[in-house]
Amino acid sequence: MWLIKMAWKNLWRNRSRTIITMAAIFFAVILSVTASSLKDGIFSNLVKNVVSFYTGYVQVHKKGFWDEQILDNSFKSSSKVEEQILNEKNVTAVTSRLESFALASSADITKGSLVVGIDPEKENQITSLEKKIIQGSYLKDTDSAVLLSQGLSERLKLKTNDTVILIGQGYHGATAAGKYLVKGIVKFGSPDLNDKSLFMPLATAQEFYGADSMITSYILSLEHTKNLQTTRLLLGTELGSAYEVMTWEEMMPEVKQHIQTDSSNMKYVQGILYLLICFGIFGTLLMMMVERKFEMGMLVSIGMKKSKLIILLLYESVFTVLAGCMLGIIASIPLVYYLNRHPIRIGGETAKAYEKFGFEAIFPTSIAISIFIYQGITVLIIGLLLSLYPIYKVIRLDPVTAMKR
Amino acid sequence: MDTVIDAHDVSKIYNRETIPVYAVNNVHLHIEKGEFTALVGPSGSGKTTLLNLIGGLDKPDNGNVFINDLDITKLSANELIDFRLKNIGFVFQSFNLIPVLTAKENVEFIMLLQGVKKSIRDARVKQLFRQIEMDDKVDIRPAQLSGGQQQRVAVARALASKPKFVLADEPTANLDSKSASNLLDIMAKLNKEEHITFLFSTHDQRVIERARRVITLVDGRIVSDTAAVSTKHEKVDV
Repeated sequence: MWLIKMAWKNLWRNRSRTIITMAAIFFAVILSVTASSLKDGIFSNLVKNVVSFYTGYVQVHKKGFWDEQILDNSFKSSSKVEEQILNEKNVTAVTSRLESFALASSADITKGSLVVGIDPEKENQITSLEKKIIQGSYLKDTDSAVLLSQGLSERLKLKTNDTVILIGQGYHGATAAGKYLVKGIVKFGSPDLNDKSLFMPLATAQEFYGADSMITSYILSLEHTKNLQTTRLLLGTELGSAYEVMTWEEMMPEVKQHIQTDSSNMKYVQGILYLLICFGIFGTLLMMMVERKFEMGMLVSIGMKKSKLIILLLYESVFTVLAGCMLGIIASIPLVYYLNRHPIRIGGETAKAYEKFGFEAIFPTSIAISIFIYQGITVLIIGLLLSLYPIYKVIRLDPVTAMKR
Repeated sequence: MDTVIDAHDVSKIYNRETIPVYAVNNVHLHIEKGEFTALVGPSGSGKTTLLNLIGGLDKPDNGNVFINDLDITKLSANELIDFRLKNIGFVFQSFNLIPVLTAKENVEFIMLLQGVKKSIRDARVKQLFRQIEMDDKVDIRPAQLSGGQQQRVAVARALASKPKFVLADEPTANLDSKSASNLLDIMAKLNKEEHITFLFSTHDQRVIERARRVITLVDGRIVSDTAAVSTKHEKVDV
């Protein structure tokens, strides 16, 4: 206990030096926490955008569907399977889709389109499709009508309340044909989806394709998105080999790669911050060792064991690092929270590019507690590692040499 | 009388590889319990080196140092630290005290290292501050004490562990004559009343005159060993 008291007193023997060191750690922690929470926030927002766009966090298909996305690889919708999926704790919602292709025609224009049969209510829970309507109204289960994507409607020169004619190949080679009321126009950020998609109630799509009760996928949303892989594995085991359970990372590897690349770049920035912390702490330790060399020699001379002296110096380092770290974390909480509530809004070309893809042009922060804990522990470890220098110097301390002036 | 310090043929050589310098050269020295001995000589004569060897701060290249019949040259570095804590009190020329601790805490420090109980520590601190006549300065930090007062606290700290002897390396070097005289009065009183053995290096004539035995070193050798300079002036050439 007396060693702790003495360490605390030693800390304040040179107030300016201690305060400068603490300030270096304080600002580095604020920067590091903010950078880290921005990184996590931006990426999780990106994933949320991409995923809520269309794919969902996880999809369940009949085995082989992803490699050959044809109607014949559809499977019978089953309330039992749906129940099994919902029984997995991390799954918050599930909806089914029947997806295939057809030719969409207006008076004299025809275009290939992606026809998606959806459960309007459940689909809206996962992808917020209703919010994307720019004209007309959203679908109901019993509607024999469609929502056209903006690009497709412009191409076909169709508006709401017009009729679109669909012709295609149905289930097991049957002919699929029908005419439907355009109930609404939806706008997607993704040019690909915006140019070719067409949504209709699931029952209507099943009737159109002659695929009674058939679906091509279940789309899932999750409570804890970090447990993505665990959920995938649990569902895979639960549903068996007849199904393939795929995460958004597998379905959109390009997005994952983008996140990984940006994460690596961010690590360099954090590396520089940690380096600044290292210099701050090491500078202090260096000065402290020179300043107190005689005193340390005297302490060992009068009978203070080197192990006790090492513990004393360790306490001093830990106090400095811990104080700077705690203050930095405390100060970064309101900042990170504020940036979470009021995200940085980006402008110019970048904003346009974001909006083009249907993403909000914002950089929010993540307020996950783990970020604060991780940064705190990292800086503490840095401090402790750097304390190895005074420990080394004390181990090698010769009292006679140390007390020479 | 009991022999406290017994140095046999002790040498310390620097620059062994190039031009050897004998800081201490074949020194034989016996100090009995209760002695008040000054080690004198010009700068570079080897006083501090000899004190370092006797105090176990340094190891001789030749010879042995016995403290109460224990050959301390055979002890490891860690054993020596423990030995010093329990057996030797040190007073250095300056910067003796820990600046962040009060006078009382500085004296108590040694006993904390020894693991002495608080009640015993408090009683001992009280007694020591009475002996050094600084009862009213216990809660003052070293920076607010005069040089003489700091040295008196250093003496109190040296005595706190109830050592077998006290080694003082030029304890009055940075003190004015009044402070030096005060310090010597206290050391002499402790020596007389408590039979504490003091061995101190000095080249201050006022200090030499107060010593009951004076050992003179020149070029690392003892050239004279006189007992009671101020009274008998008996000189024994070595």
